[in-house]
Amino acid sequence: MIKTDILIIGAGPTGLFTVFEAGLLKLKTHLIDALPQPGGQCSEIYPKKPIYDIPGFPEILAGDLVDNLMEQIKPFEPGFTLGERAETIEKLEDDTFLVTTNKGTKHNAPVVAIAGGLGSFEPRKPPIPNITDFEDKGVAYIIRDPEVYRDKRVVIAGGGDSALDWTIFLADVASEVTLVHRRNEFRGALDSVERVAELTKLGKVKLITEAEVKELYGEEHITGVGIKHKKDGDIKVDTDYFIPLFGLSPKLGPIGNWGLEIEKNAIKVDNSYDYQTNIPGIYAIGDVNTYRGKLKLILSGFHEAAIMCQSAYQRIFPDKKYVMKYTTVGGVEGFDGTKKEAKKEVVKAIQ
Amino acid sequence: MSDITIKIKDREGVVHEVQAPTDMAMNLMEVCKAYELPVEGTCGGMAMCASCQCYVLSDHQLPEMGQDEDLMLAEAFYVEDNSRLGCQIPITQELDGLEIELAPES
Repeated sequence: MIKTDILIIGAGPTGLFTVFEAGLLKLKTHLIDALPQPGGQCSEIYPKKPIYDIPGFPEILAGDLVDNLMEQIKPFEPGFTLGERAETIEKLEDDTFLVTTNKGTKHNAPVVAIAGGLGSFEPRKPPIPNITDFEDKGVAYIIRDPEVYRDKRVVIAGGGDSALDWTIFLADVASEVTLVHRRNEFRGALDSVERVAELTKLGKVKLITEAEVKELYGEEHITGVGIKHKKDGDIKVDTDYFIPLFGLSPKLGPIGNWGLEIEKNAIKVDNSYDYQTNIPGIYAIGDVNTYRGKLKLILSGFHEAAIMCQSAYQRIFPDKKYVMKYTTVGGVEGFDGTKKEAKKEVVKAIQ
Repeated sequence: MSDITIKIKDREGVVHEVQAPTDMAMNLMEVCKAYELPVEGTCGGMAMCASCQCYVLSDHQLPEMGQDEDLMLAEAFYVEDNSRLGCQIPITQELDGLEIELAPES
């Protein structure tokens, strides 16, 4: 069981900055995120897009903002449970919370901070009627272990980076790779597009463009896909696996059933004080919360994180009096033994 | 400059007639959100998520589709010939009387 002071659900910019604010108060943190990497939307949807409204940064790429936050919080040694979704919450006798992920990892903390953005990112499933029947029977939306596909026939669908990257990777692993895309153009990185074109010429990838997978065949396990081609009509391709890679979309998911007050797909909080939810000890910060006048901006999330950590401190140490210290005065003392502080002024007599 | 009227059919088939300002640099996705219609706008309007996909029902002349929008629609679901991304359609006087339908959620 993982034990921490503040359990943060969601490792986007708001969740990451919470580690820093908690660290200044000497509170330990641990983050859970459904994505395999930190950064939330900034890493998953638009890492190469510039953001112009982070105070003090006239322009910063979303991906760089995440890198900077990771660097900023490093001294506070946050724990990470990545690639797992927070599934259930339970209040224990000692007034702490037990949060269990979809893979069964258990986390225990006196304070839970939900910084879940628009929710956990789930793969977008193409609207093929019987697709859910074949999940784990040849249909996969995420490639976890590429070795599964060794010497097997694979059909990949999609036109973005992940479809291209996995086509390239699996060309050397699978016995046969077919890439199906609705267009002749691909949205992915240019060199990946060129590499796929090369592999197609070499006969290592079968490329079917202007086409869409519409049907799945098989009994116990998938045996083939039915493809609708714009000009050639219906094509059937025999395969052992079908991997549709159409990106991810956020869903509020299990958090919606935690007994929290939900309004318009967001969690209602007390914004006149500390962003606490209707369940004492559970806070919601960043894009996941809502209150009168809420702005879904990264900077709002940062502000909410700072306020929320002060309240969390009071909850964890009700008898202690805490005075907020400026980092310019007190510096930053990490849990890893590092200390950052302002250089002492050198005073030199003039005469 | 004045407001224009847009008819938006939601996913339950209910038609909402809404007023949209032409002088606030708004797009169709933002109009839907302003009226609390069920459009997520996950990516904020960068043509990167297709959560604002809609079908254009009237024969208004819309701004030509950019490459970003075209390629995003190439990966979206339930795409029809009249599909557009709401976030890529700025509200202008010419769109007065526009009729759209929200595409299914995916």
